[in-house]
Amino acid sequence: MSPDRPDYPRLTLAGWGRTNPTGAWLARVHCPDDLVRALTHAPERGVIARGLGRSYGDASQNAGGLVIDSTGAAQFLLDPDTGVVTASAGASIQAILEGIVPYGFFVPVTPGTRFVTVGGAIASDIHGKNHHRAGSWCDHVLSFRLALPDGSVLDVDRDRHPKVFWATAGGMGLTGVITEATFRCYPIETSRLLVDTDRTRDLDHAIELMAGGDDAYDYSVAWIDLLARGRFMGRSVLTRGRFARREELPPALRTHPLAYEGRQLANVPPVFPSGLLNPWSVRLFNEFWYRKAPACRRGEIQDIPTFFHPLDMIGNWNLIYGPRGFIQWQCVVPEDAVETLRDIVRQLSDAGCTSFLAVLKRFGPGNEGHLSFPIAGWTLSLDIPVGDPRLATLLDRLDEQVAAEGGRIYLAKDSRLRRELLEVMYPRLDEWRRIRDTLDPNRLLRSDLGRRLGLCPD
Amino acid sequence: MRHHFRVGHPIHRLPDQAGTSTSVLTVEDALGAVQSALVLGGTSEIALAVIDRLAADRCRRVVLAARDTAGAAAAAEHLRAAGVETTDVIEFDAADISRHPALIETVFAEHGDFDLVLLAFGVLGDQATFDRDPVAAANAVTVNYVGAVSTGLSVAQELRRQGHGTLVVLSSVAAERPRKTNFVYGSSKAGLDAFAQGLGDALEGTGAHVLVVRPGFVKTRMTAGLPPQPFSTTPAAVADAVVQGLARKRHTVWAPPILRWVFALLRHLPRPLWRLISAR
Repeated sequence: MSPDRPDYPRLTLAGWGRTNPTGAWLARVHCPDDLVRALTHAPERGVIARGLGRSYGDASQNAGGLVIDSTGAAQFLLDPDTGVVTASAGASIQAILEGIVPYGFFVPVTPGTRFVTVGGAIASDIHGKNHHRAGSWCDHVLSFRLALPDGSVLDVDRDRHPKVFWATAGGMGLTGVITEATFRCYPIETSRLLVDTDRTRDLDHAIELMAGGDDAYDYSVAWIDLLARGRFMGRSVLTRGRFARREELPPALRTHPLAYEGRQLANVPPVFPSGLLNPWSVRLFNEFWYRKAPACRRGEIQDIPTFFHPLDMIGNWNLIYGPRGFIQWQCVVPEDAVETLRDIVRQLSDAGCTSFLAVLKRFGPGNEGHLSFPIAGWTLSLDIPVGDPRLATLLDRLDEQVAAEGGRIYLAKDSRLRRELLEVMYPRLDEWRRIRDTLDPNRLLRSDLGRRLGLCPD
Repeated sequence: MRHHFRVGHPIHRLPDQAGTSTSVLTVEDALGAVQSALVLGGTSEIALAVIDRLAADRCRRVVLAARDTAGAAAAAEHLRAAGVETTDVIEFDAADISRHPALIETVFAEHGDFDLVLLAFGVLGDQATFDRDPVAAANAVTVNYVGAVSTGLSVAQELRRQGHGTLVVLSSVAAERPRKTNFVYGSSKAGLDAFAQGLGDALEGTGAHVLVVRPGFVKTRMTAGLPPQPFSTTPAAVADAVVQGLARKRHTVWAPPILRWVFALLRHLPRPLWRLISAR
């Protein structure tokens, strides 16, 4: 870097799956001015914003270029009359929950981890257990502020600037750097949930229960055992719930109905070897997890971390996959493609896919985001340790099946999609590219994901 | 009434950011698939077999740098048939050391990033000829080792700059212990091997990565007419091992893999015994 630029440290950055770290300069910025300065001094290999690094693949990496981290400058403002929150892009859902839950509000959408930032939530248009009723994150965003590499800052309103708004929603950070956002949060009476659990015999049973009963619940998701075969194929534990009203709490909890604490029970040591998660250990875990769940339970009281963020109880849980890391694969297929879904589950279970965090969920309709992931249908997400030589071919085949059905792969999780399939999966890509070119004509916003998939120059 | 929360402290209590460790190796895609490759020694049978396999996956852009540009052009045509979209052939002489830095810089400037660079040039030579003609021996060492140093360091500079990419260096089991029947070649490969290992360690934490490949006796043009050796292998088998090594993010690949253990033993044999065994 030339001397007129700040002397940022050079280090390697990876996604949560830790599969392909690359070297970049990291600018930790502490105020919007800093951010704009870093952005306008982007090196020729471009710039990308990074939050808490929870996207699994290479979305928040920029090999040889600049990465801007604004998590150190986080703050937010709640209007308790309306539930509207304005937060800086680096604020995490965790921090926001600690602030707003005691006032009786909850974020519109939360993924399986609360360690994601508001900026990342928009860039990936994240979804959660309530997608079938509430849609994804950007459905609740009213406006955001977008900094561009030429130094300009846009205030983007969802009604007045729909093109820029929806190109940025799910745009993987490639349309500009979000500096702050205003979004709706929703009132809750208590910080506890009433949870119903159903253990399903097989995949069809799970599909039947979800298709038939999800609409009665605000939140719904199924953990699925991908190692079960034969007539048990796709057996699942379905948990569904809603926030409890105050009078539904047992008396002991009623004194502090809005108490919230984001707990962490343990940390994974950084020296975990590869290969500890193997077909045998995962089969054992899955058997235990399935049998531990009650066949049918109604009205169990759970707190927010237990219901929404169970994995966050183990800090750095991604380290259990060892230094080689792991892949997340998440697809969605349209509602009527149940046969394809069944076929995908069968192939994964036949392959003995070592996945213990597989999740099945029914999505509601998608939104106008050009690259936003959710569409009405079934989404399956799983993690697989890297190492099995058959994995690449298997996943390539599944990608093709998904694309042929009009489904798609979630870019926030991707680390290996074949470039040619992207336009098939996201048919509005050209429209997105045109809007991106007006925002960033010099294509300075770049990431490894963008380079790999041809979203930005090689 | 508006509540203003400043939540600087909770942010600092968050767990460490993901993946700032330097212990993990890299290629462009999580499963080792590469999209672009540069081959130095663009007519090497092993290198072309590697590209063949990568082309079947995601490799779409290949540059072949070779002294024999006609041979490389024929190879490029074959690669296009195998699925590579764009190929280019450039003239490259491994012995012309002073031109290497500019040449590598130009290739990267003109063609953009490379996910993979294969350092695949080398000459075997004939020990009896070398014994008679020390200058020929030194020239062979220049190609195998000195030329690899000048290109390897130039490539490393580019990989460091681009923040990702793998340099695959074709070494040899001959680097493990010199044999009296080809010690000039063996010593040049020993130098190359040590250089590549050191370079790999130096690049740790930059996003770039070095993979050292140690094949045994490979049946190629280079070894045509030589008596076959135990554990001999083919370019296809070596290429399979390299592709698997890329996917598994290895530092070192032996082909066939058993040679790792064979040479763990051989390198510690007493000299008189080694002389006897390696005499063939």
